[in-house]
Amino acid sequence: MEKFTTHTGNAVPLRRSNVDTDQIIPAVYLKRVTRSGFEDGLFAAWRNDPEFILNKEPFKHATILVAGADFGTGSSREHAVWALQNYGFKVVISPRFADIFRGNSAKGGLLTIVLPQEDVEALWAAIEASPELPVTVSLEARTVSYEGVNVGFEIDDYTRWRLMEGLDDIGLTLNHVEAVSAFEKVRASFKPATLPAK
Amino acid sequence: MGKTLAEKIWQEHVVKSAQGEPDLIYIDLHLIHEVTSAQAFDGLRLAGRTVRRPELTIATEDHNTPTQNIDQPIADPVSKLQVDTLRNNCAEFGVRIHSLGDIDQGIVHVVGPQLGLTQPGMTIVCGDSHTSTHGAFGALAFGIGTSEVEHVLATQTLPLVRPKTMAINVEGALKTGVTSKDIILAIIAQIGTGGGQGYVLEYSGSAIRALSEGRMTVCNMSIEAGARAGLIAPDEKTFEYIKGKPHAPENWDDAIAYWSTLYTDSDAKFDVEITINANELEPFVTWGTNPGQGAPLNSVVPDPALIQDVEERGAAERALVYMDLKAGTPLKKIAIDTVFLGSCTNGRIEDLRSAAAILDGKKIATSLRMLVVPGSARVRLQAESEGLDKVFMAAGAEWRNAGCSMCLGMNPDQLAPGERSASTSNRNFEGRQGKGGRTHLVSPLVAAATALRGTLSSPADL
Ligand code: SF4
Repeated sequence: MEKFTTHTGNAVPLRRSNVDTDQIIPAVYLKRVTRSGFEDGLFAAWRNDPEFILNKEPFKHATILVAGADFGTGSSREHAVWALQNYGFKVVISPRFADIFRGNSAKGGLLTIVLPQEDVEALWAAIEASPELPVTVSLEARTVSYEGVNVGFEIDDYTRWRLMEGLDDIGLTLNHVEAVSAFEKVRASFKPATLPAK
Repeated sequence: MGKTLAEKIWQEHVVKSAQGEPDLIYIDLHLIHEVTSAQAFDGLRLAGRTVRRPELTIATEDHNTPTQNIDQPIADPVSKLQVDTLRNNCAEFGVRIHSLGDIDQGIVHVVGPQLGLTQPGMTIVCGDSHTSTHGAFGALAFGIGTSEVEHVLATQTLPLVRPKTMAINVEGALKTGVTSKDIILAIIAQIGTGGGQGYVLEYSGSAIRALSEGRMTVCNMSIEAGARAGLIAPDEKTFEYIKGKPHAPENWDDAIAYWSTLYTDSDAKFDVEITINANELEPFVTWGTNPGQGAPLNSVVPDPALIQDVEERGAAERALVYMDLKAGTPLKKIAIDTVFLGSCTNGRIEDLRSAAAILDGKKIATSLRMLVVPGSARVRLQAESEGLDKVFMAAGAEWRNAGCSMCLGMNPDQLAPGERSASTSNRNFEGRQGKGGRTHLVSPLVAAATALRGTLSSPADL
């Protein structure tokens, strides 16, 4: 996983709430068996409309997505995170995220930032006033900055550390494999198995 | 102080916990399907890892699979690749799989309970958000992403942050024609699509106790309120349901002794508690493009101008444009093109029985088509042994093979652009059932009555 410390880029205002994962990437685009190439499915239905904001310059090349509340609701498809990343997004900002989407993002190294609705509105207004506005996200300082505005955000230490170090969760867990084996020794014997045990 | 059911199950599965870190939670059962597992197996292969506990893992094919001509190779080459990839991965890593044509094939959330693999007090995960369904048995069950699928395959554990708890107490008796689907749609309309975020929802109260398979319908749609898991304390009904299933515990008495401890203590505290009056509930349908945009069937399409919240108003305005609906239109005047009866929400035998009872001896409206898609091959066989297939076909409905089908339109069962459905599934998102398709979420009873009348209807209108 790529390390994330700070990122500066252009942001795109997506003035919609409840952007569900079927909008982020419709089911027909989920059939690939690799982790790449999902950018063509990103917001596929909306991108058919030439007026859709991601079809316009300079937003086409934005790396920070600023969306309304309840971003990423719906299905657990991690393809939604891959589609955003494959397209080039590094950060998504919203007043509220769906839990599964947020978890998936953290696993894949896409930074999700929760800002209060007022701060999101202010950021929307600033980007709309000057679309090329550079926005800087510092995970180190836990801030979003633009035009002299500096907004802090919260993120738990553990997730921040993992993202900053680019650490793979599985590797971390496998360091504790003895604890897992010890747990398995005392698991109730009546719990079901799908196969005869090895 | 006492503990909630969610806290009890959580605590029994903590492998390791440390200050400031998520808990490492042991997973008792891992369900997989073709759409969200390919990249996870690939990750294992790349890292030279194996599946730690294949005997706690089971796969089925459901999202992509056709519901007709299932003895033929899958026509869509990309769907076929995904299904073949799952089959190859299961063979390589030693995971049990129920493929298309197998008697235990079906929607992953129907298959787990019907095999008796879903049991109280377990932790269950699947790369699918409707894993919340299994909470109906008193199991802590939730959907995960593909990286987490890989993590569970490799370690049989997951690092997780302990969720908060919300009690939803549904008291009273449902009126005739009102179902578990209406309970959950009303709850979502009340708390909103984000209302459950960060919580496990524990449903209780006399109206919940009175349900049987309908408990799965309620837990299924917890995710539509933003909650990763729904939970119902197990009781005699739960135990009876599991008894005799292929994977019911051999050591039955030990299991019952443990399962009987699985309830929320009377002095336990929830982070939030709400109460719903079941006596007042009506058949509920959605008019918009998220499951929170619903209203009683007897009412009208709401006027966005009357919505206070700016964001919500904008969302309602956009939804009405997409749905091609005018504020003030009585919901019962909305004409439907396709009725879909099926999905992990309402594709079980009770759902098929209740719809068949309404269609029995009648004909569906000539203006629409109706698809009946059982949740699993066994549900299909059970229905056929009861003659329900004959009832559906005599009424003019199509009787299909098991799978997710038109719930998400990854297989050939899709709405055409502009087509309008009454669907017993769980999501009415834009394009969910096919590009440009318009979805109204309904109960099986409303689906059947709508099929007969051609417009959104309840059995009371017949
Ligand atoms: S029936 Fe629908 S909601 Fe259920 S698992 Fe299949 S696609 Fe998902």
